[in-house]
Amino acid sequence: MRHTWALTKIRILLSLRNKTFMFFGVVMPLAFLFFFVFIFGNGKSDRIAYVLGSILTITVMGSFWGLSVQLVMFREQGILRRFRLAPVGAGALLASSVLSNYVLILPPIAIEILICRLAFHMTTWGNLWYVYALVTVGAGTFSSFGLIVASVTNTMQETQVINNLIWSGFLLLSGATVPLARLPGWIQRACLFSPATYMATGLQDAMTRRAIPSEIFVDVIALAIGLFVSFEISRQLFRWEPEAKVPSRAKLWVAVAMIPFLVFGFYENVHGNRLKDVRQGFGSVFGGDDSSQAPARN
Amino acid sequence: MSEPVIRVEDLYKSYGTVEALRGVSFEVHAGEVFGLLGPNGAGKTSTIEILEGLRTQDRGKVSVAGLDPQTAGAGFKQEVGAVLQSTALPDKLRVAEALSLFAHFYRRRNDTEALLKRFQLDEKRNAFYNQLSGGQKQRLALAMALVNDPTVLFLDEPTAGLDPQVRREIYDIIEELKSDKKTILLTTHYIEEAEKLCDRVAIVDRGKIIAEGTPRDLKQRSGNTTRIEVRLSRPLQPGVLKSLDGVADAREFDGTYVLHSSRPPQTIVSLVKQLEADGSELQSLEMFSPSLEDVFIELTGRRLRE
Repeated sequence: MRHTWALTKIRILLSLRNKTFMFFGVVMPLAFLFFFVFIFGNGKSDRIAYVLGSILTITVMGSFWGLSVQLVMFREQGILRRFRLAPVGAGALLASSVLSNYVLILPPIAIEILICRLAFHMTTWGNLWYVYALVTVGAGTFSSFGLIVASVTNTMQETQVINNLIWSGFLLLSGATVPLARLPGWIQRACLFSPATYMATGLQDAMTRRAIPSEIFVDVIALAIGLFVSFEISRQLFRWEPEAKVPSRAKLWVAVAMIPFLVFGFYENVHGNRLKDVRQGFGSVFGGDDSSQAPARN
Repeated sequence: MSEPVIRVEDLYKSYGTVEALRGVSFEVHAGEVFGLLGPNGAGKTSTIEILEGLRTQDRGKVSVAGLDPQTAGAGFKQEVGAVLQSTALPDKLRVAEALSLFAHFYRRRNDTEALLKRFQLDEKRNAFYNQLSGGQKQRLALAMALVNDPTVLFLDEPTAGLDPQVRREIYDIIEELKSDKKTILLTTHYIEEAEKLCDRVAIVDRGKIIAEGTPRDLKQRSGNTTRIEVRLSRPLQPGVLKSLDGVADAREFDGTYVLHSSRPPQTIVSLVKQLEADGSELQSLEMFSPSLEDVFIELTGRRLRE
C-alpha cells in the first residue's frame, strides 16, 4: 500500500505536468459541456441537469483512454523495465494508475457541476451522493478497462485503434451523447450490455433527481464488479517488457471483462425496467412521447 | 577465498534460433569488480539481465547473494542495484522525485540528498528527466541503483554512447564504488573500461566465455606483445608482414594491418625496409601497449568492435 501511494502521488504530478492530459481531461469535457448545453439545454434547468449527467459520464469514461495510452507508452519507452528492477509489483503500479486517475477527475467533475449551477443557472444540485458513488466506482471501472487494453495490445498504434473502437461504442451506445431514448429499439436493447450505459443512465437520473437508491445500487454493483474483474485481468496480463508480446488469444480476456455486463444486460433485457425508466425520464425532461422509440417488452 | 556473491553455472539462453548464451559459467566474490567484455551480441546483456531477474535462462543455475533471481521475489530486489543498458524514466519526472520515489520502495535506504551531492546532481535536483544530458541521465541511473545501498551492483554498459569526458566521470564514480568494496558486475565493450575498472575480466564471444582472469594475467597470456597498426598505400600479403623482425602475428582488418610484435623498434625498421623494396608507402602507423583487445584478436581472429 505504501508503494501504491508513493506511485500515485508521482502519477498525479506527472499528469498535471502533461499538456495532453490537461486538454483531454479538463478542456475537452468543458468544451463538450458548453456545446451540449447550447444545443440541448435551451436555458431549462432540468435539461441542463440531464446534459450534465451525460458530460459527467464522458469525463469519467475519459480515464479509459488516457491510462491505456500512458501505460503502453511507459512500456514501449522501457520505463516499466526500470520499475521492474525495484521491489514493486504490477498490482501497485496498476492501482496507482486507477487511484491517480480518480483523484484527477474529481476537480473537473466539481468544475462541471459548478459551471452548470452558477453559470447556466441549473436550479438543482442533483443527488450529489449518488453522483459521488457513481463517479467513484465508474472511474475505477473505466480506468481498469484502459489497463486491460494496455495489457492486450503490443504497440501504441494497436492501442489507438482498439481505443477508438471501444471509445466510439461507449460514447454512442450508452446515452452519453445521443440520448438512449432516441435510439432505435434494438440498439437500446444492445446498449444494456454496455458498462457505459449504467454510468450514463445512472448519472442522468442522479442529476435530475429521478434516481432511486435501488437503481443506483444496481448501477454501482454492475460497475464495481466490472472494476474488480477488469483490474484482476489487467494484473494477470501485465507485461513489463516492450518485447514481451501478448498472444492473440489473450485479447479474448477483454471479452471476459465484459461478462458481468452481459449478465446485467441479459437481466435488464428480460426482467428490468431500465429502458422504460430511461424513456420516461427523457420524456419528462425534454417533453414529447418517446414510447414509440422504446422496444416492445417481451 | 570467500563464498561467491554471484554464481553462474552453465547458462544457456536462446531467442528463437539464435543461441545467445552457450554454457556461460563464472563466479564473482565479495568486493570484487568483475567485467564481462565482448562485442555487441556476445551475450553480455543476456547474462546480466538473467542475473537481474529480468530474463529467464533456458538452462543453468544462477544465484546472487545466495538468492535465485527468478524465485526470491522482492527479497532479491532489496539486495541488488542495477543500471540498465538504457534507462528510461518519465520525461516530466524531476531528478529529486525520481530518487525519492525509488528510495520509497526499499527497506534499506541511502540518504537521497547525499546521493544527489555525490553524483553532482544537486544543482539539477528540480530538472525534468528530459532536460538532462546523457551523462547526467547516466549519473542519475547510477544514483538510483544505489538508493538501497545494494549488496550487488549490476552495470550494463554504463558508459555506452557517452562522450570521453563523461565516460571518465563515470569511471571515477565506479572507482569510488570499488573503494567502497561493493560487489560489481559490469558489462562493456570498451577495453579501457575493463582494464581500468575490473579486478577480473571474462572475455565473452558468441555466447561463451573464451578467457577469464585479471586484466594483467590475460595480457601476459597473450604474449605481452605491442600492437602496431599500419595503413599502407598498397596492399601487402599478411604473410609478408608475419616474416618481419619480432612479429608474432599479423592480420588485416578493413585495410588496417595489425601486427603484434615482441620487439617493436626492430619490427618498424624491418617494415620500412620491406615497404621500400615493394615500392609501397606508410600512410599511418600507431603503436599500442598490450591490451585486452590483443587477447580478443588472438582468441577470435576478430577485433572487439567488429
